[in-house]
Amino acid sequence: MTKQVQQLDRVIIRFAGDSGDGMQLTGDRFTQESAAFGNDLSTLPNFPAEIRAPQGTLPGVSSFQVHFADHDILTPGDAPDVLVAMNPAALKANLGDMAPGTAIIVDSHDFNKRNLAKAGYDADPLEDEGPDSLTQQYNVSVLDLTGMTVEAVKEFGLSRKDAARAKNMFALGLLSWMYGRPTETTIDFLAARFAKAPDIRDANITAFKAGWNFGETTETFAVQYEIKPAPMQAGTYRNISGNLALAYGLVAAGVQSGLPVFLGSYPITPASDILHELSKHKRFGVTTFQAEDEIAGVASALGASFGGALGVTTTSGPGVALKSEAIGLAVMTELPLLVVDVQRGGPSTGLPTKTEQADLLQAMFGRNGEAPVPVVAPSSPGDCFDAAIEAARIAITYRTPVMLLSDGYLANGSEPWRIPETSELPTIDPDFATGPNQTVVKNAGKDDESSTEEFWPYARDEETLARPWAIPGTAGLEHRLGGLEKEGINGGRGNISYDPDNHDFMVRTRQAKVDRIADSLPPLEVDDPSGAAKVLVLGWGSTYGPIGAAVRQVRKAGLDIAQVHLRHLNPFPKDLGEVLKRYDAVMVPEMNLGQLSLLLRAKYLVDVVGYNHVRGLPLKSAELAEAITDLIAATSNLGTTGEVRSPQSDATGEMETVQ
Amino acid sequence: MSTTTSTNADLPFPEVQSGLAGVPTTDEPANRKDFTSDQEVRWCPGCGDYAVLAAVQGFLPELGLKRENIVFISGIGCSSRFPYYLDTYGMHSIHGRAPAIATGLATAREDLSVWVVTGDGDALSIGGNHLIHAMRRNVNLKILLFNNRIYGLTKGQYSPTSEPGKITKSTPVGSVDHPFNPVSLALGAEASFVARTIDSDRKHLTEVLSAAAAHRGTALVEIYQNCPIFNDGAFDAIKDNDTKAEAIIPLRHGEPIRFGAPDEDGLGGKGVVRDHETGGVKVAEIGTGDGQADPADVLVHDAKSPDPTTAFALSRLTDAGVLHQSPIGIFRNVDRPTYDDQARAQVAAAREGQPDPQEALAGLISGNDTWTVV
Repeated sequence: MTKQVQQLDRVIIRFAGDSGDGMQLTGDRFTQESAAFGNDLSTLPNFPAEIRAPQGTLPGVSSFQVHFADHDILTPGDAPDVLVAMNPAALKANLGDMAPGTAIIVDSHDFNKRNLAKAGYDADPLEDEGPDSLTQQYNVSVLDLTGMTVEAVKEFGLSRKDAARAKNMFALGLLSWMYGRPTETTIDFLAARFAKAPDIRDANITAFKAGWNFGETTETFAVQYEIKPAPMQAGTYRNISGNLALAYGLVAAGVQSGLPVFLGSYPITPASDILHELSKHKRFGVTTFQAEDEIAGVASALGASFGGALGVTTTSGPGVALKSEAIGLAVMTELPLLVVDVQRGGPSTGLPTKTEQADLLQAMFGRNGEAPVPVVAPSSPGDCFDAAIEAARIAITYRTPVMLLSDGYLANGSEPWRIPETSELPTIDPDFATGPNQTVVKNAGKDDESSTEEFWPYARDEETLARPWAIPGTAGLEHRLGGLEKEGINGGRGNISYDPDNHDFMVRTRQAKVDRIADSLPPLEVDDPSGAAKVLVLGWGSTYGPIGAAVRQVRKAGLDIAQVHLRHLNPFPKDLGEVLKRYDAVMVPEMNLGQLSLLLRAKYLVDVVGYNHVRGLPLKSAELAEAITDLIAATSNLGTTGEVRSPQSDATGEMETVQ
Repeated sequence: MSTTTSTNADLPFPEVQSGLAGVPTTDEPANRKDFTSDQEVRWCPGCGDYAVLAAVQGFLPELGLKRENIVFISGIGCSSRFPYYLDTYGMHSIHGRAPAIATGLATAREDLSVWVVTGDGDALSIGGNHLIHAMRRNVNLKILLFNNRIYGLTKGQYSPTSEPGKITKSTPVGSVDHPFNPVSLALGAEASFVARTIDSDRKHLTEVLSAAAAHRGTALVEIYQNCPIFNDGAFDAIKDNDTKAEAIIPLRHGEPIRFGAPDEDGLGGKGVVRDHETGGVKVAEIGTGDGQADPADVLVHDAKSPDPTTAFALSRLTDAGVLHQSPIGIFRNVDRPTYDDQARAQVAAAREGQPDPQEALAGLISGNDTWTVV
């Protein structure tokens, strides 16, 4: 039959099923198809912390949301336009996010008494025909996807269970037809993935094609949709997740500095994928060491840095807590070290597979003593690549541990990424010490005057305040580092010193060195197209997408709003204070209770307005746009002299100032 | 998607070499002074650490290594000040973590001789995890464990090697903790080189350190070390000229384990024999009387046995309480591939024939699924 083709500018699809149903793979393949087609896209995987949560239950539901469009988009979208629910639990768990009238495709196969009960349904919602029923409220398509899959692959003689496992590919085929996705990448992928199991390979490819063909022939779906490719900056693109981009950034930092990369790491969600990825790249001189614990992960990395490698440790919030003392040692010994914190919901074990930005203050202050550590945060999955190189630049140039704050959303989310030419990447000079740096004169002016050449490990570079990095194996530069305070006054001989003035000097010098990094940072990019904005929205890290989308919505409504996004949280860029004071009100959206707000208030005495959610999910841009709009209204009502407080505060704490 | 268990049986197993292979040597003569830093040594008068420092400063020149390729890493405690007094590269790190820091350094740098200096609290209490994992991995580290059976730097609390009942500042009516035997622990972790020596026996200490340096892999050397301030006399039984012949059970590879006042054959009147009741070993009088052992039944020490069982049994002859008797010497010295050699071999194999790194990087970040926008 001939189908209608309808043009759309963007669609948000959520694939949801049991954690054993292969929803992450399904979403990932749909994403790759969309990337190959040329749409802009953004994804949000969402899965339980349990590897195999009880089948058919609400906690066992796994989902993958993909937003694709014919224009530049910034987020995986607030709410899906289409939900694909593979069982009753997936329907129940996700229905709350669906607006009335949106499309729901349900695999009816598991809507039996047992599975309905597991999902907490008293009666089959698909059979309800009342006024508030599912079928009345939504555009529901009830299909026996599993049954059709089993029928389609019967020629391969698989067990019923194995045959049914291909249902995700049937669903993918159907959706691929519906949105006119190219199929080659998925067929190639399946052929490669199951190359060693021809039956499974053929069954999956057949199920995928059967799903496509079903869409084309069935009368259930009368409309096919078209979402044109998005115009993008010229270049070669790929789809990339944050953890992959971060791992590539670390490899690139090794290449660009000429240093071997040493990763000491202990497995932890959601950071482990970086360890997995780097373990594959030994050909770049990358060594990965799976340590006995988080402490050994960072300690071994610091040991490798002492030996002249780029020491890196990757972890999440609980791991940073364990590494704190060793990070302090890196501050004291002034050795390069990268600490990657892929933040997750906390405190304690918290929400291991969900996202949050609540480790900022831990990164800033989570050590004993005055122990300043530079903090860098990527703003999107692809940006994790550049942020890793930037963090390495700071660590190597300034001989300091650097905290790189990614999060669960960036780690697992993906977006199209313009692949940089390697010639565009910065080079990093390790500038190892090669000889003595002091001439010590004895008996000056006397007959027996003599001089010796010595190496002083705490004699600093005047511009960066960095101390020399002298690695073992360099003759004549033998020296001892350690956690005890070292002599930095009188030139920096570097022996143990308990002198009060020396300690005061060294505490201030370590802080000054970190502050000096600001000299190497570019001015902030202030996005204020009309120049007439009175309100600034300031964010950091992974909230870039939702904030950007909210800002666009606000501007679309005809309002003026400025946006700035911070990559460097410590030190702040030099012009931040001046930028903040340019605006009548500053809103700071964060996935925590106001940690950046606290820092800004403390440093700049600017009464910023927090917008804070800690739901384990990215901020929703529509809600944020409303809050921004309210703040703009409140600000213009008060004129330019009034003190701005958040205009509304509701029970969920969506808007609150830091008290 | 599940992952089926799989194993690579063809891991590169580099030939086991000397512990110092790959470390640059020098023909220039060196002496103790060359290895002595300009820092004033600040241990308490009479501390056993002085003797160990002197032995190490005296022994290092004999290795013939370039001084700049020797690194000492320590943790926290009295003995951990050690690196400051040696004119090599060094790091006085944080409590318990020296083996982990040294593991990273030794893995990253084949050309270094890496030594760890630690104490009973540092290695066995706060750093116990790192110690056992370094030994299980067999990283090419030489670990000197100064065991004074007390916390000295914090002024006298019981340690994980203190005897039960020990009265200290934190245990005024006696400790109820059961102590570790560091040698037993090391053998349990399958360390490839395990030895015990005494601070005051310079000759034996140097002998053991030389053997440790030549060993490729983790060498754990427990050094009985007297703390004259907080645990004075803890090792008197094995140091006192009147008692030491009966207290020290000397272990020498290939020799029968005999000690005590000499018999007619010139060897000690006591010997270590198999205990058929327990499956372990026991001390017996040598002779023909009831309960005495025939010299032929005395165990001949085999430090090279791949099976650590007998070495472990020997380690159990050490008193858990106040020390009256202890085997001294090299319990175990076997060859087994090291973690760092194998890790480097994997990296080296992967790097063979690689193109220019920037070119390879461009290939890596592009991946297989790309599209071009013009």
